Amino acid sequence: MSNGTTHTGTALAETTRIHNIGYRNYDGARLGRAYARRSLFAQSLRGAYGLGRSARSKVLPMILFAVMCVPAAIVVAVAVTTKMKELPLDYTRYAIVTQAVIGLFLAAQAPQSVSRDLRFKTVPLYFSRPIERVDYVLAKLGAMASALFVLTAAPLLILWIGSLLAKMDFADQTKGFAQGLVSVALLSLLFGGLGLVMAALTPRRGFGVAAVIATLTITYGAVSTVQAIAYETGSEGAVEWLGLFSPVTLIDGVQTAFLGASSSFPGGQGPGTGAGVVYLLAVLALIAGSYGVLMRRYRKVGL
Amino acid sequence: MIVTESLSKRFPRVTALDRLSLDIGPGVTGLVGANGAGKSTLIKILLGLSPATEGRAEVLGLDVATSGAAIRERVGYMPEHDCLPPDVSATEFVVHMARMSGLPPTAARERTADTLRHVGLYEERYRPIGGYSTGMKQRVKLAQALVHDPQLVLLDEPTNGLDPVGRDEMLGLIRRVHTDFGISVLVTSHLLGELERTCDHVVVVDGGRLLRSSSTSDFTKITTTLAVEVTDSDTHPDGTAALREALTAAGVTLHARVEDGLPGAGHILLLEAIGEETYDTVRDTVAALGLGLVRMEQRRHHIAEVFRPDAAAQPMEVPAR
Repeated sequence: MSNGTTHTGTALAETTRIHNIGYRNYDGARLGRAYARRSLFAQSLRGAYGLGRSARSKVLPMILFAVMCVPAAIVVAVAVTTKMKELPLDYTRYAIVTQAVIGLFLAAQAPQSVSRDLRFKTVPLYFSRPIERVDYVLAKLGAMASALFVLTAAPLLILWIGSLLAKMDFADQTKGFAQGLVSVALLSLLFGGLGLVMAALTPRRGFGVAAVIATLTITYGAVSTVQAIAYETGSEGAVEWLGLFSPVTLIDGVQTAFLGASSSFPGGQGPGTGAGVVYLLAVLALIAGSYGVLMRRYRKVGL
Repeated sequence: MIVTESLSKRFPRVTALDRLSLDIGPGVTGLVGANGAGKSTLIKILLGLSPATEGRAEVLGLDVATSGAAIRERVGYMPEHDCLPPDVSATEFVVHMARMSGLPPTAARERTADTLRHVGLYEERYRPIGGYSTGMKQRVKLAQALVHDPQLVLLDEPTNGLDPVGRDEMLGLIRRVHTDFGISVLVTSHLLGELERTCDHVVVVDGGRLLRSSSTSDFTKITTTLAVEVTDSDTHPDGTAALREALTAAGVTLHARVEDGLPGAGHILLLEAIGEETYDTVRDTVAALGLGLVRMEQRRHHIAEVFRPDAAAQPMEVPAR
């Protein structure tokens, strides 16, 4: 090495010196369990839309979100230009019409949310921290339900804003919007719970996706077919009870009974208030049941 | 750091821990036992995740039965099995885990960068974990256990699956966790040999019972036997014999010639190391004879002998390998 380079070397070393400060202890805040639960909720909710994940994982949820909102935007555009007095589509009806999109979103995102932690055995790392089983399950369930709520409530918001732009009756529209929000909130909790249970019981992501789609479409297909047959053969009384056997028709039943929706059951034969109570109880029981199953599932995998 | 008093854990069919009483101080402590000896059960109880059937345990002065969350905030845990998602980078993963430990977002990012650097992950920390080697994955697992600057880390078989070099690096890192970071370590292994180099204290459990607990120097203190092997040269066709003579002349106590039929055993001289000067004498004598020094290593009593109590009483004449 020549003298010159040695000089440059020292000069460099003097200007750009790397300080190895060694290990530093952390004496800042430790925000504990509630903070960890909030962080997990936020991370899972963002994750459901691919935020904070790779660009590829953003594609599907964003497309589905757009697909959910486009019909609402078209309805609004038509309503505003043709100066309709009422929206051609009820707020409560929107989620029923777009159920396939909601199902796809759930099928894609529920396994993403829980199967990875199970499959790669990351769960013990959570439970060796202040966060506990209850926190984990609540955060994941809350995040999935919130993601579905964002997906289903956004088009309702577009419809409501559009209805105001079209100068429809404010009180009427706001009431419909509120009923719609209650309905999709219930739907989000129900679907979120069912989706996570299926995903958590099938640690392989592909099986989880298939399970969610199969459960939603098969039950809905079976229930509507049997309902149609029952209606055609004149046993109208059976129609209102058959709806208890698929998630979508459950929500349909609840909102027909309590939220002023017009039922999509054959012949509009939705449940009355009496049967509606059974529907509501069934929905609540399923949500609570999902929570219970998830808690049991994670009792086994904690470490 | 860790105190247990007649801690027992019984499952319907097995007794995982049987009246185990331990008192583990600061420093690096090895927990040795065969598979199924109750090591993982003990860790679960210490983290407050599994109630003991009877007895009590304290970690950092906190009772595991009542203060589980407080303990888990101050303790790090590195599991034995794979626990890393392949599709995220080490940085993202460790930041997330830091937040799960309760660190605010900014602190979580700073601590992650620091910790990954300390465990020896640099540019690769931005790449997805799926592409890492086993050694790098073990480092990420260690980093997530250290990221919240715990007072104690529980490492479950950290050297599992590593090649000899990776094993040595991991053991060195574990040593540094205590000496440089000031974090006490409880490390489990079923390999006794690797713990005697790393730990200050070794606890041996078997069948859920305490077999022995003492400091590593106790285990291996009795004598330091040096094994020396030299090459032959033209002037000394039998280098070993020449060295034997020269060393005897220099006043070094030699053990009896090893005649146990092991290959190469005849070329190894075992001698008593009294102190630093013995090493110098050997070096100088070998140099004076013009021989090549192939090896000069300590033949200590191995921890393995705790399983054969009678062996420890005899002089160490048979090479361990």
